[in-house]
Formats: sequence, structure tokens, C-alpha cells
Amino acid sequence: MSAIAETRIEADPNVPIIRITREFAGTPEQLFRAHTDPKLFAQWIGPSSLETRIEEWDARSGGSWRFVSTRDGEEHAFRGCFHEVRPDRIVQTFTYEGDPDGVALETLWFEDLGSGRTRLRTQSLVDSFESRDAWLKSGMEVGVGEGYAKLEEMLADGTV
Amino acid sequence: MVDELSRIFAALADPTRRDMVTRLAAGDATVNQLAEPYQISLQAVYKHLKVLEDAGVVSRPPGPQPRPVRLEAEVFDLMDKWIERYRRQAEERYRRLDAVLAQLNETETSNDEQKGSVA
Repeated sequence: MSAIAETRIEADPNVPIIRITREFAGTPEQLFRAHTDPKLFAQWIGPSSLETRIEEWDARSGGSWRFVSTRDGEEHAFRGCFHEVRPDRIVQTFTYEGDPDGVALETLWFEDLGSGRTRLRTQSLVDSFESRDAWLKSGMEVGVGEGYAKLEEMLADGTV
Repeated sequence: MVDELSRIFAALADPTRRDMVTRLAAGDATVNQLAEPYQISLQAVYKHLKVLEDAGVVSRPPGPQPRPVRLEAEVFDLMDKWIERYRRQAEERYRRLDAVLAQLNETETSNDEQKGSVA
């Protein structure tokens, strides 16, 4: 199997956008399915320490979604609308219910690279730099991840 | 300590302050030099600088007047580390997606073989 390029991330300096790019060993059709089939989606979206429960899922243009992440009895819910769903592109909104005023507009592109490979590009637009940075900081994933704990340690002991 | 990050990001949430930081990245500058391109009062410039100073983004080392404003590079190392953490989370998520795709590939290959043997 050929090496897979690591995830690239870019926080745009001029607009409150986060861009993420990654290549996958899969066809655009498979990538699309992994994003629209709730059973497949639940398998990869949350960290392994979290359980993802899909509560609502209508992956069609104009449909909506909602899922709940659970860890040690603590629940965090996310919801949004599928604005446009088509084989090469998904446009959707994303809200963490703990912060209902914050809405991100996400666009995902599935670019066919041939030979069964696909480049996934995602772009999340939020309403201010402040919320963009808060999103980055929260890691969008719920709970304090190991990386975050590590950073806190590094900050505490002066490594950073 | 996390508050420190919040202060840094709040300080950088303002376009004038971001512009000041960009210009200071090219080298130290006096307050007057910094204020030149903006249509705001010197007092407002001092206010912005105070926010940046309180967040530890810039400093004005003691010395003869006019004291130059200096960018604190360590602050950006901290932010880089922090964006790197976010990137790693995305990478971890995408590795789980890799596994899902590998499963799909496997299932589809074996289905094709079954179809092939029937034909």
C-alpha cells in the first residue's frame, strides 16, 4: 500500500476559515458513502474513547442531522443541515448544541485522483476570528483530548 | 495557562492588532511608526498595544525613549503547537476513516470475486 499523505491544516489569516486536506485510499464514491451512511460515519467521526449515537440522519439536500457523543455518561450533541449533497461535494452546517449561537458552514470536496485514490478537502467558515480560534481550541471534538492534556502539561511545566 | 491562550487569541481577533503584529514581524517599531498607517488616534493605538502587551504578544523592553515595540516570538510557537494538536486530532479521525475505507474495499473486492465466479 502506498504511503498516505498526512493531514494538512490551514487557518486562513484573512477570513475565519479552517481548511483541512487529506488523501485517502478509496474512491470518491466510497468517501462520499463514509460521510453519508450513518453506520459508516459513526465508525470514524468520534475518538475511540467516545461513543457516537446518530439521532437523526437525512443525508439529502435540505435534510438534517444530529448526533450525540458519549463518554463516561457525559453527553455532547451536535446538529446541522445538509444544505447540498452530491457525489463530489457536501455543503452542511455544524453546531455544537452547547454553544447554539455558533454555526459553522462546512464544505467538503471529494476530488478523484485516479487509481482508487481521493483527495478530501474540507473548509469550515465561522462567523468571527474569535469563534474560529475557540473552535480550533476546542478541537471540535468533545472532551479534553490527550493532546490537550499534554499541552496543558507542557504549559504548566514550562516546556512551551 | 489556558487563559493565556484565550488572551492571545482574543488579542489577535482584532484586524488592527493583527496588522500591527504582521508589521512587527518584519522588525521592531516605535509607537509612532506603528501608528502611522492608521486613521486612529495615538491613544487608540496605545490601547491596542496594551491589549497585545497584556496577552504577552508584544513587549516594550525598558530603555531610552522612544522604546521600541517588540514581537514576542514564543507566543507564536505556542500557537503553532496548538494548531498542530488540532491537526493531529484531524489526522487521528482520518486514520479511523482509512480503516472504514479499507473495510469497504475488502467487501467490494470479495463481492466482485463472487460475481466473477458466477459469470
